[in-house]
Amino acid sequence: MNPTLDTPRRFHSMRETVPTVDQVTIEERAASFTRRSIKTSAKLAGLKMVVAMMDLTSLEGKDTPGRLAYLCRKALQPIEPKYEVPSCAAVCVYPNMVRYARRFLGQSSPVRVASVATGFPSGQYPLRTRLEETRRAVGDGADEIDMVINRGAFLAGDHGKVFDEIGAVKEACGAAHLKVILETGELVTYDNVRLASQIAMEAGADFIKTSTGKVQPAATLPVTLVMLEAIRDYFLASGVRIGMKPAGGIRTAKQSLAYLVMVKETLGDDWLTPDLFRLGASTLLNDVLMQIAKTVDGPYQNADYFSLT
Amino acid sequence: MKTKTLKKARPAVAVLKPVPFLREAKPVVPAKQRRLHFGGRWEYAPAPETVPVKIDPRHELFIDGKFVAPRSGQYFDSINPATEEKLCEIAQAGAEDVDRAVQAARRAYETVWSKMSGRDRGKYLFRVARLVQEKARELAVLESMDGGKPIKESRDFDLPMVAAHFFYHGGWADKLQYAFPGKTPRPLGVAGQIIPWNFPLLMAAWKIAPALACGNTVVLKPSKTTSITALRLARIFQEAGLPGGVVNIVTGPAATGEAIYHHPDVNKIAFTGSTEVGKIIAKVCAGTGKKLTLELGGKAANIILEDAPVDQAVEGIVSGIYFNQGHVCCAGSRLFVQEGVAAAVIRKLRDRIQTLRVGNPLDKNTDVGAINSGAQLEKIRELVRSGEEEGAQVEQSACALPARGYWFPPTFLTNVTMSHRVAREEIFGPVLSVMTFRTPEEALERANNTPYGLSAGVWTDKGSKIFKMVGQLRAGVVWANSYNKFDPASPFGGYKESGFGREGGAQGLSSYVQLS
Amino acid sequence: MSALRLDIRKTYKLYIGGNFVRSESGRSLPAHDPAGLLLDNFCHASRKDLRDAVAAARPAAGGWAKKTAYLRGQILYRAAEMLENRAGAMAAEISRSTGADSAKARAEVDLAIDRLVYFAGWTDKFAQVFGAVNPVATSHFNFTTPEPTGVVAVVAPDEPPLLPLVSLVAPVILTGNSAVVLASEKFPLPALTFAEILATSDLPGGVINILTGRRAELAPHLAGHMDINAIVNAAPEPETHLTLQGGTAVNLKRYAARKLSAEDWFTAAGEDAYWIADTVEFKTAWHPIGF
Repeated sequence: MNPTLDTPRRFHSMRETVPTVDQVTIEERAASFTRRSIKTSAKLAGLKMVVAMMDLTSLEGKDTPGRLAYLCRKALQPIEPKYEVPSCAAVCVYPNMVRYARRFLGQSSPVRVASVATGFPSGQYPLRTRLEETRRAVGDGADEIDMVINRGAFLAGDHGKVFDEIGAVKEACGAAHLKVILETGELVTYDNVRLASQIAMEAGADFIKTSTGKVQPAATLPVTLVMLEAIRDYFLASGVRIGMKPAGGIRTAKQSLAYLVMVKETLGDDWLTPDLFRLGASTLLNDVLMQIAKTVDGPYQNADYFSLT
Repeated sequence: MKTKTLKKARPAVAVLKPVPFLREAKPVVPAKQRRLHFGGRWEYAPAPETVPVKIDPRHELFIDGKFVAPRSGQYFDSINPATEEKLCEIAQAGAEDVDRAVQAARRAYETVWSKMSGRDRGKYLFRVARLVQEKARELAVLESMDGGKPIKESRDFDLPMVAAHFFYHGGWADKLQYAFPGKTPRPLGVAGQIIPWNFPLLMAAWKIAPALACGNTVVLKPSKTTSITALRLARIFQEAGLPGGVVNIVTGPAATGEAIYHHPDVNKIAFTGSTEVGKIIAKVCAGTGKKLTLELGGKAANIILEDAPVDQAVEGIVSGIYFNQGHVCCAGSRLFVQEGVAAAVIRKLRDRIQTLRVGNPLDKNTDVGAINSGAQLEKIRELVRSGEEEGAQVEQSACALPARGYWFPPTFLTNVTMSHRVAREEIFGPVLSVMTFRTPEEALERANNTPYGLSAGVWTDKGSKIFKMVGQLRAGVVWANSYNKFDPASPFGGYKESGFGREGGAQGLSSYVQLS
Repeated sequence: MSALRLDIRKTYKLYIGGNFVRSESGRSLPAHDPAGLLLDNFCHASRKDLRDAVAAARPAAGGWAKKTAYLRGQILYRAAEMLENRAGAMAAEISRSTGADSAKARAEVDLAIDRLVYFAGWTDKFAQVFGAVNPVATSHFNFTTPEPTGVVAVVAPDEPPLLPLVSLVAPVILTGNSAVVLASEKFPLPALTFAEILATSDLPGGVINILTGRRAELAPHLAGHMDINAIVNAAPEPETHLTLQGGTAVNLKRYAARKLSAEDWFTAAGEDAYWIADTVEFKTAWHPIGF
């Protein structure tokens, strides 16, 4: 069945396009979340949630099986058991590293294996190899695929191509869960981010994700807010809950709590779960753990006391 | 493995329809159950402001650079509207005290202030600005305790804006001739100023800074329910070395204000408050030679067109009416939404108000604080009741309200018509009246159909529409794709019964000078 | 304790990009007091130092122009606070260089402070005074707004040593321009001490750069530099005026000459709001009015 050609013709409102975004107002709204004061019990609960939502990431040319072992172990048990901190949601790695991660974690780990794919980060590769890469990663044991959209096509106005490629990758994913990276730093305007979010959700994304982390700016509060608003409208229109993942540039516990506040006050309680919200980060984890230790024990912490990722 | 042929490129406009075959695996929440839940998952812990402040049990009048007891011998209580607890006693200025203050202002004007260079007047104002910045935290806490507004607002909006007003006007003091090309500006003399309780310290700054910059001296009466920060400002004037008598502060009820605008030796009256009282003052001042400016009530239209950036428009609605508990003369209290997007906007508004936190003004997470007084609370309740009785639907946020204190939850009424009291009378509370329109011309007609004319908001993505509507709205301040934006450089004031005269900017200076 | 304490002599360095640096040429010049006694050595700026200063000023102008007018005003006011706090030391610096008696030196410093305050108050007002909404005859909203021109070279006269520099540079930077200043050739030390005051005033690095050396050597390079947008020249000698004005022919630099005598700087002639307009560009924009 071909949905485009076989769907009976139906009038759709010419005005039923994606809304535009006012930059000044959305940046003010995003900033207002940083003014929430999250203290004591709320802070501890929030920080533990941040860990549970983290896709602990290593995406370097110099990654090796040995490096992966440290990453997986840290994601599984970030800190001593006495602090009662959960495992991270996932590890996020390059396709070639997937089988090492799977080997280390085993078949039924609380930590999922997410693989970037589709010519990450630029995506400037033939579709055929991008799809093949995706299938291989899934075959090697990836639970989740983080793909990049075709920004060249988007900025050249070929939104249909962007849509179609996402659909193709979704199909290549099979049972694996698809996160679609918009690379907001290259899309530049909030209007573009809103439109790209809509395209990704309609094309089959399970999650929409801000950035690869390889381009500045990566995740920011306002860009994430635009995407949360797109998810909200999509849910109310279709009944489907899409997840969201800001990635790159979130380094401190304080910043991560601001993201949680934003999710809570934009999408509500239902999205405050690793099934629908993730944070892509690496150095963030230890800052969060130091804050947890401070909240539990008392004094400001020193990095020497926290294992490297 | 089956390879998929790529579909042809689709047109640029995205269509809001889910593609069926890809959605099979994902759970679909049925339409009737599609709701956002803003509940108790991850509750914020209390986050009280911890800056200790000391409030003297008794506050005197500030006349001729000193704190003096009122000749009337009377004092009144100032209470914290969030707790109904008494904060302190404030001196009540009678007619005799007002006369003392005016004499001090006159003496200071004749002997010191009118003889001083603009440069030096400016330097005093710069000093005051800096001192306000240094004491900002303490002043913000006092403002929240005395008036009920959230500490987040007094800290992040009121106080920085107070400092900015003094700083801005300090810079005009030695440049007045540039604001009046071709004329020589000279001060008027003694200015009597009466301010309201919604932005106590900020209104004091709006009045005092331009008056002093232009070379006048001042007798100021804060609102009876919010006198504390004005008196702290008086201490700042002392610390800045401002010569005695240049600013005098006489606290008291409406009668104290009457004594001011009846006083024959006051050259200029500036009043911010209700239209009702503004008219009384105008009558008293008629024929006396006193220059008068009035900044009165409003019933602003906030207009959302169907091509508005809709999520930000909802933010604009919220900040337009729930900011400062709706105790804002320029509040966007009438929402006009184009019919095609009305359902979506109302739905978003309904969800949005659920995340507004109402409660202890000293909690840093509070968004909406206490209603300023029992009297004001009763007025709000009465008007909302009238709305219900006249056939409108009342919707309120489901927030829990504290047991003691004066509180009203964020509210909006739908099915409101133009003749409903809630569409015509100023409620001055967190209550929005929602109406629809079909064309921009209709929106303009309805927006202008009011004796008020202070402000308005327009939300649209189309530039030419913005300028067209800005041009035709009969309001002194129009916010396009924004709301409740203020700056000392931006003139503020109303059309029609919202008053006359402007505050801020070069235009704002003209009320405080005579030109020759 | 010895009666004669051995003191530490100050090194007077150039102020470029927010840093105090020696000339890349490694050269220095001696500063003498009026009696001919050696005071200290100061850096002799080369054309490469000038190049570096412009290279620092260009990106600085971008950031400075994006700050709010209010913030620029506060920073200028803070420079006044810092100068006020160190007024005694600055007056002493002027006296030892020029031989001026302490009252005259102090008067110069006091006036420099007041000039900073005066211009601090212009940042958030000049747009209202010099800009406009224009009543065009078609259905368009039309406005004119002044914008900073970019990087401005400021050439100070020899005397007095501080007041002209402050009076010239404040109206230039208050709108968002950055400045490369050629300080007094005869009495350079007060200007370099003033740089220290700027460095503690929250002024971003590169917004004001101060060079000392020989005007005749540097003027041609200033005039020929393709990345300088405007020159403000208060040096009295005709050769400098000719050279610098010739810069307009190179890349259309805006040029303004300030002809004030040493005494004029102490009068209202040294505090002219219209100087602000000499280093701004007026942008006019149109937008239709209609549904």
